[in-house]
Amino acid sequence: MTDSTLFVDFREVWLAYSDEAAQRSEFAVEDITLSTRQGEFIAIVGPSGCGKSTFMKLATGLKRPTRGEVRIAGEAVTGPLKIVGMAFQAPTLLPWRTTLDNVLLPLEIVQPYRAQFRDRRREYAERARRLLATVGLDGYEDKFPWELSGGMQQRASICRALIHEPRMLLLDEPFGALDAFTREELWNVLRDLWTAQRFNVILVTHDLREAVYLADTVYVMSRRPGRILERREVGLPRPRDLDITYTEPFAHLVQELRERIGSIRKR
Amino acid sequence: MTASRSLERFAPLLLLLLILLAWELVCRGFSISDFILPAPSAILVALVEYAGPILFHAWRTFWTTMIGFGISIVVGVFLGFVIGSSRLAYSAMYPLLTAFNSVPKAAVVPILVVWFGIGAGPAILTAFLISFFPIMANMATGLATLEPELEDVLRVLGARRLDVLIKVGLPRSLPYFFASLKIAITLAFVGTTVSEMTASNEGIGQLLLSAGSQSRMPLAFAGLAVIGVMAMAMYELFAWIERHTTAWAHRGQQAT
Repeated sequence: MTDSTLFVDFREVWLAYSDEAAQRSEFAVEDITLSTRQGEFIAIVGPSGCGKSTFMKLATGLKRPTRGEVRIAGEAVTGPLKIVGMAFQAPTLLPWRTTLDNVLLPLEIVQPYRAQFRDRRREYAERARRLLATVGLDGYEDKFPWELSGGMQQRASICRALIHEPRMLLLDEPFGALDAFTREELWNVLRDLWTAQRFNVILVTHDLREAVYLADTVYVMSRRPGRILERREVGLPRPRDLDITYTEPFAHLVQELRERIGSIRKR
Repeated sequence: MTASRSLERFAPLLLLLLILLAWELVCRGFSISDFILPAPSAILVALVEYAGPILFHAWRTFWTTMIGFGISIVVGVFLGFVIGSSRLAYSAMYPLLTAFNSVPKAAVVPILVVWFGIGAGPAILTAFLISFFPIMANMATGLATLEPELEDVLRVLGARRLDVLIKVGLPRSLPYFFASLKIAITLAFVGTTVSEMTASNEGIGQLLLSAGSQSRMPLAFAGLAVIGVMAMAMYELFAWIERHTTAWAHRGQQAT
């Protein structure tokens, strides 16, 4: 693997939330070295409070590492990265905006769209409508978030993360609050979006089936201070369908990851 | 459904009539003198008899209150904005403002008289001093309760502080703002009236004081009723504005 094909590249990254914590050697994440190929879908799993969200802050440039270096798309990260879209467990849609206007919000902020927003609003709205249609929200553009179900709000939230065509999508337990059926539906929505657009994905989750079903590579993180304990390539062929989750190789992989995490929790 | 809805709507009016009726009956039944507790009918008579002077004083109280309330909105929104958007400003200013707010405003009136003399000045300022705090506190709360995730989403996109405040903070704090206006307007009337009682020759407060000193109880009660009606009318006005501008924050009523 040569450097030019790397997208996310963490080199011995340590992060402490304050200087005092660093002096006391209290780190949120320790010695993270990890790299992904262009367009790779990775998942990070681990017990709760393991620094997964800290990892997200590092990958977006919201936090600078205390030691080590984070490189995204070949460049050292020095501040917030505009080529990133984010979605969380809570949809965090704005209740006074319609679904369409919520999805358009990033374009009102991020350059170069921001400068042209007034002139090209119609064009952007059209683009948002198309995106909403691909996740099955056509007909709901002018509804308010509180008129949508939880799953629909999460679809809209993912659209908001993708509207400015970011090169990397960061998802922090995005389906954690949904019921099992809706969650599996949204797995497929995400799979289809990724298959079509091939952006880089970092999915933070505690659902091992979700990680194995969607990702190319699964990383297991330890409890705080977070370290990467294991890297597992998911060899399952694509395109994957929900049927695959009932097959022997899938179950075996999930089982192995579960044992690995179980052994962390016991220690 | 519609029967119970309309009952709900007229319930306050019915309750008021019921209370007035009971009041009237008690006064007549026990032959209570007008000098102790005037019956509603006696108050009504006073209202009609002194309509001219009452209207004159009420108008004075109304406009001084509204000017004080206007200043209060400007200052309250500004301070709330500063406090709500900066942690440093919050920790520096909030304890002081709380201390200031707990000073009885009636105690400040004599000082205001020294500075501004007898008249509209002290009344306007008292109305302002008593009513800006809830506006400020609510604005600050609305701005400070931004979800950290949403802030991350926007900051990653390169949003400046001001972007986040305008796109998210201000709309979010609007319901808090309107809710505080309802509280603040009633407080402002209290402030004006209190001030007029010691530092003015006009206004309902002054009317109350002189009626009381002459033991004209029906007139005093008429003055109280006028103040109550004005404050309630303004409260309802702001409640109406609130419902029509920030419907998204009251979705419970529409969804069901």
